[in-house]
Amino acid sequence: MSFVSRGFRGRRREDADPSRVPPGQYVTRDFPVLSAGPTPHTPLEEWTFSIVGEVDEPRRWTWEEFRALPSEEVTVDIHCVTKWSKLDTTWEGVSVDTLLEGVETSAEHVVELADGGYTTNLPLEDVTGGKAWVAFAYNGEPLEPEHGGPARMLVPHLYFWKSAKWVRGLRLTATDEPGFWEVNGYNNYGDPWREQRYWGD
Amino acid sequence: MAGTAVLGRLTWRAAELVDIVVETPRVKTLGFDVPGWPGHRAGQHVDIRLTAEDGYQAQRSYSIASAPDGTRLELTVELVDDGEVSPYLTEELRAGDRIELRGPVGGYFVWEPAQGGPLLLVAGGSGVAPLMAMIRARDAVGSDAETRLLVSSRGWDDVIYRDELERRAGDRLAVVHTLTRSQPSDWTGYARRVDAEMLAEVGPGPGARPLVYVCGPTPFVETVAEALVGLGHEPQAIKTERFGPTGG
Repeated sequence: MSFVSRGFRGRRREDADPSRVPPGQYVTRDFPVLSAGPTPHTPLEEWTFSIVGEVDEPRRWTWEEFRALPSEEVTVDIHCVTKWSKLDTTWEGVSVDTLLEGVETSAEHVVELADGGYTTNLPLEDVTGGKAWVAFAYNGEPLEPEHGGPARMLVPHLYFWKSAKWVRGLRLTATDEPGFWEVNGYNNYGDPWREQRYWGD
Repeated sequence: MAGTAVLGRLTWRAAELVDIVVETPRVKTLGFDVPGWPGHRAGQHVDIRLTAEDGYQAQRSYSIASAPDGTRLELTVELVDDGEVSPYLTEELRAGDRIELRGPVGGYFVWEPAQGGPLLLVAGGSGVAPLMAMIRARDAVGSDAETRLLVSSRGWDDVIYRDELERRAGDRLAVVHTLTRSQPSDWTGYARRVDAEMLAEVGPGPGARPLVYVCGPTPFVETVAEALVGLGHEPQAIKTERFGPTGG
């Protein structure tokens, strides 16, 4: 039912390739911060990353062990549900495929677990096959706490709230369990190209 | 917490601008009539969508500043100089114009009178908008939840809702200002950025287990939330919402 807003011309970004900007998004050069509460500060010596839930055997890495895993540098576009997109962001992280190597599971879903109690849910197939990382560096620098450091999820093909900051583990589940924002009005899946921002989108 | 924010699809609705209040030189409150508006809770926001003649569209989110009130909805918009949407909303839009809007959105940064108090509300600049919705909702139902609002503004003329806050302040609602850049010559209040000492003085302290809502630009929210945790407030009791000029 769209109608023209009298006098609105807009300010398109000439330098951004429109085919890389999902509907309703605008390109920013900043890196805005969004989170629901205070920024947690977990000391690295207390930090662990766990794979739990419907698995043959839970896995756990200390920071040192985690950083010893093979990592990848990836350059991806990210899209926040609050409308900004940022193109060509460069991260370094451990592929979720690496973390799940050898894990026996019948689970079809996964819940990301983060400091502060934040959770977000996805189909397991959305974090496997080279689609998701546990990232610890941004632009070649250790990830800042306000951007999710020491480590955050990076699932760039979905809206960015699906990339939990301060991530501490993955819980594999047989059934879909809506997470923090998903029970608070946000879409269960969150595909930016289908503009799945909210419930019912 | 179970989500009760929205049920079913959030459809785009036509919102007609009914009135404009100039809050400060850079901030206006836009009052809309939104037929079919399903109601909202204080703290929630809406998405607005603008369409140019060639079909180009832009969307942005704005906090709702008004208490639930039928089909009326108020948004308080700060002009961002190099922004795309805020200059249109604050300088071009006039009464009778229509824009598209959908919501309400967000089920976390909300307060309902039934939750009671005490409340500690901390605002940086235009971050006061969703907190004002909470104060208005509180007053609308005659809630006596003890409430303290700390507002950080650059100068006295930059204080949004200044007169209304003065009017609403009373025994159970304390309004405290800090002016960070310039102060009137007879100013006796705070004249610095919000810090732990100021938060401790404004209270209520962690022992009173207040529900805390912090809204403002990211560096403001980071500083305030960190200071509150340092004072002993439970991180889980501190809800934050961040505003940032990111092309707004």
